[in-house]
Amino acid sequence: MATKGIVKGIVSNLVTLEVDGPVSQNEICYISVGGVKLMSEVIKVIGQNAYVQVFESTRGMRVGDEAEFEGHMLEVTLAPGMLSRNYDGLQNDLDKMTGVFLKRGEYTYPLDTEKDWAFKPLAKAGDRVKAGSWLGEVDENFQPHKIMVPFVFEGTYTVKSIVEEGKYKITDKMAVLTNEKGEDIEVNMIQKWPVKKAITCYKEKPRPYKLLETGVRTIDTLNPIVEGGTGFIPGPFGTGKTVLQHAISKQAEADIVIIAACGERANEVVEIFAEFPHLVDPHTGRKLMERTIIIANTSNMPVAAREASVYTAMTISEYYRSMGLKVLMMADSTSRWAQALREMSNRLEELPGPDAFPMDLSAIIANFYARAGYVELDNGASGSVTFIGTVSPAGGNLKEPVTENTKKVARCFYALEQERADRKRYPAVNPIDSYSKYLEYPEFQKYISKHISSTWIDKVNEVKTRMLRGKEISEQINILGDDGVPVEYHVTFWKSELIDFVILQQDAFDNIDSVTSLERQEFMLDKVVNICHTEFKFETFTEVMDYFKNIINVFKQMNYSEYKSENFNGFNGQLEVLLNERKEK
Amino acid sequence: MATKAFQKIYTKITQITKATCSLKAAGIGYDELASVDGKLAQVVRITGDEVTLQVFSGTEGIPTNAEVVFMGKAPTLKVGDQLAGRFFNAYGNPIDGGPIPEGKEIEIGGPSVNPVRREQPSELIATGIAGIDLNNTLVTGQKIPFFADPDQPFNQVMAMVALRAESDKIILGGMGMTNDDYLFFKNTFSNAGALDRIVSFINTTEDPSVERLLIPDMALTAAEYFAVEKNEKVLVLLTDMTNYADALAIVSNRMDQIPSKDSMPGSIYSDLAKIYEKAVQFPDGGSITIIAVTTLSGGDITHAVPDNTGYITEGQLYLRKDSDVGKVIVDPFRSLSRLKQLVIGKKTREDHPQVMNAAVRLYADAANAKTKLENGFDLTDYDNRTLSFAKDYSEKLLAIDVNLNTTEMLDVAWNLFRGYFTPQEVNIKQEFVDKYWKEK
Repeated sequence: MATKGIVKGIVSNLVTLEVDGPVSQNEICYISVGGVKLMSEVIKVIGQNAYVQVFESTRGMRVGDEAEFEGHMLEVTLAPGMLSRNYDGLQNDLDKMTGVFLKRGEYTYPLDTEKDWAFKPLAKAGDRVKAGSWLGEVDENFQPHKIMVPFVFEGTYTVKSIVEEGKYKITDKMAVLTNEKGEDIEVNMIQKWPVKKAITCYKEKPRPYKLLETGVRTIDTLNPIVEGGTGFIPGPFGTGKTVLQHAISKQAEADIVIIAACGERANEVVEIFAEFPHLVDPHTGRKLMERTIIIANTSNMPVAAREASVYTAMTISEYYRSMGLKVLMMADSTSRWAQALREMSNRLEELPGPDAFPMDLSAIIANFYARAGYVELDNGASGSVTFIGTVSPAGGNLKEPVTENTKKVARCFYALEQERADRKRYPAVNPIDSYSKYLEYPEFQKYISKHISSTWIDKVNEVKTRMLRGKEISEQINILGDDGVPVEYHVTFWKSELIDFVILQQDAFDNIDSVTSLERQEFMLDKVVNICHTEFKFETFTEVMDYFKNIINVFKQMNYSEYKSENFNGFNGQLEVLLNERKEK
Repeated sequence: MATKAFQKIYTKITQITKATCSLKAAGIGYDELASVDGKLAQVVRITGDEVTLQVFSGTEGIPTNAEVVFMGKAPTLKVGDQLAGRFFNAYGNPIDGGPIPEGKEIEIGGPSVNPVRREQPSELIATGIAGIDLNNTLVTGQKIPFFADPDQPFNQVMAMVALRAESDKIILGGMGMTNDDYLFFKNTFSNAGALDRIVSFINTTEDPSVERLLIPDMALTAAEYFAVEKNEKVLVLLTDMTNYADALAIVSNRMDQIPSKDSMPGSIYSDLAKIYEKAVQFPDGGSITIIAVTTLSGGDITHAVPDNTGYITEGQLYLRKDSDVGKVIVDPFRSLSRLKQLVIGKKTREDHPQVMNAAVRLYADAANAKTKLENGFDLTDYDNRTLSFAKDYSEKLLAIDVNLNTTEMLDVAWNLFRGYFTPQEVNIKQEFVDKYWKEK
């Protein structure tokens, strides 16, 4: 019999239940309040008292209200048909909800049980399989969605029978598997998995090494991220976190994109709802929405479900990774999730860590980032979950617990800087403080030599050094004055400005400039580095400034023109003329 | 407050603090309202049979044998067309001497809008102020605060924006407002003949501070009525949200909660977000736009209140006195409207985004030149030109006394570019230069 509970105490969304049987940590229960059932999760147990966090408003709840336990943790339901859907943090389908306002206690099924899927078997009777083995596949928005042996299955199984190619619903019986004891188990296309546990049905998790193209120059060229890599974007408000995140999710060369809008503005999610069905994936030419799943727990939605939302998104990401797909997951913002943890820890009257965050914050963050990665599956295929989170540091100060703990685990760091944003140098990623650890991986260097060019990494490092040198000189000029430094210093400084304006700055709202192909990035980088290597002849520093401003202006026009178009080539020609004028003979 | 028949009256309070009192009671719902010695209170904690009440006006003078009556409901507001033109206190009771308005009784602080039912904001709000319309264009359904020091004229600017914006209703939520400011709003609105489209919920500095926690929810419940039921464009003015946050801090402190940054409760982000996220564009044409004020202490935006606000709102507006022209301007560097991308160059002339960015960039160059000048360095010819440009730009566009339409603003900007710079220096897409860089 299921365990039952009675409400004994209420403080905001923390409720104490007196229980009449066994309960487990993180078990789900439903509390009945005035005819509606409110979903809750056990977060602490003391004696007969279970402390639960309610995922919705507790208004009107009374002592004596009854609760029923479900016997399982918070789970997601996994099957074909999740792509293009908009879920809340608990995987309720938002589009199925009635009315303009969210109703308390309304839970909707995340999938479509009526839809027919064209199934092709990949396994046959007699095959030995285990959790995660591919039994067959259906076409989900042009992605080969694998129907797998449920991840909860332990040990090995023999396929007793499997249905033939044809159309099936997700609830149809697809195969019968026989376990080691000789028992037959039927499987359909649906499986469930608790969100707090990582799906580990893979053979190996090697270091990632394949470049994941984003079309954002300051990332791809300067600090690349890889398939299965981790990165984070901290920045004070107004520095362009969301714009950068949207740019990455629109342009990245991934099969599946999962966006967890965690405690952020509803209008930002609305922007995705409005644009993604129309925008085209630059790599496949299909609509962006076809490859996207949105998990929306905006800042006005229940706080407790905020924590659940990132786990829900990660679990769905891992599910698609097990099919050998390239998944990109974005979470905006992980700070809001940490704050949700803080609110609950506070209500539980736990002793606080730094800035009143819970003491285990660093472990929670580390565990979560560790779920991303590049994996090799048992059947030889590979898949990846690339995770990029944003962090919203309080007061823009990077010395706060969420930023510091994230920095320990994420391999790419894209520091958005107030000063750059104030000067409208977007994306405001600081070129000197930001880094990508992947540039140092020999596997990655080998991959780049093979796929782009053997001199690429050297050029990237040179550009980084030049940015640093440029900054030093600009500080010297500020102290000593324009006349106080030699003219060559001005040349070096303006060469770094050239890199900044042409490579680093990018107009996210311009159709052409917003996304730059790798080929084009290589072309532009070569061109800029060549200019940096050119010796110029100048008499005064104002000549330097005027000359470089001219060059930059032509380059900008080039960035706004279609690659290798007539306009583009025209500006390129102008540039050559300008360069020949000043070249030291 | 009149008691109804068969209502249980409790008379044994077991604990009293400055803002809360506790008693033994059964069958009480969370968030429920109660009257304690005639004062309004709300249930904030239930532990077994002990109920803790937050008394909005403070517990001064409450005896341990005070009469406590539970009302069986959360705070409500009677909504209807009769709200228009009226002034209320934090409980929704009239303070203008008029009758209690009739209407449907609704619980305040209601549920959130399903994000998939929201519409993308796309309607420009014209204010005539170039510092806003040109650089930080506002859109219906947006939420944006003024970040201002207490001595800046934010209430005046807000009243001006409210009157110029073509909204169907203006809801004013005043928290810890001085009586003078309250009268200023009242007079400004009535002089403009706009009183019949204004609803005000006012908590002045004379009223107990905890009461102001009800103001935003009251104002937004009224706003939702007009936006949802009447499909009206509603503009909500909330001043000053820092006072609201201070009241939150007081309550959380009395509840023995562990404070986070700047003595604010750990839930400050969610508390503020719940209010600001009520800003919405509904599919049927109604909308709620929130313009708020967050006062800063010494311009410090890293303080928990402005900092969390900045992460929630869709931009922020800064006022600053420009000593070069002696006028209050909308600061182009730190001000930002996140939703402007939805309208500029689309609902306004095509060159708007580029002109806006170029002008701000040149203004930034002027700021650099000014630093150089202050440090005693020689200025180049370009530096001098940016300085002259900055002065004109400040005077003709950024100052809050400007009243132009956006096309006029763009023309003024092009005139300034042409007056001081070459097209290369302005760095705008060639096709716009060809079209708008006309010789004098």
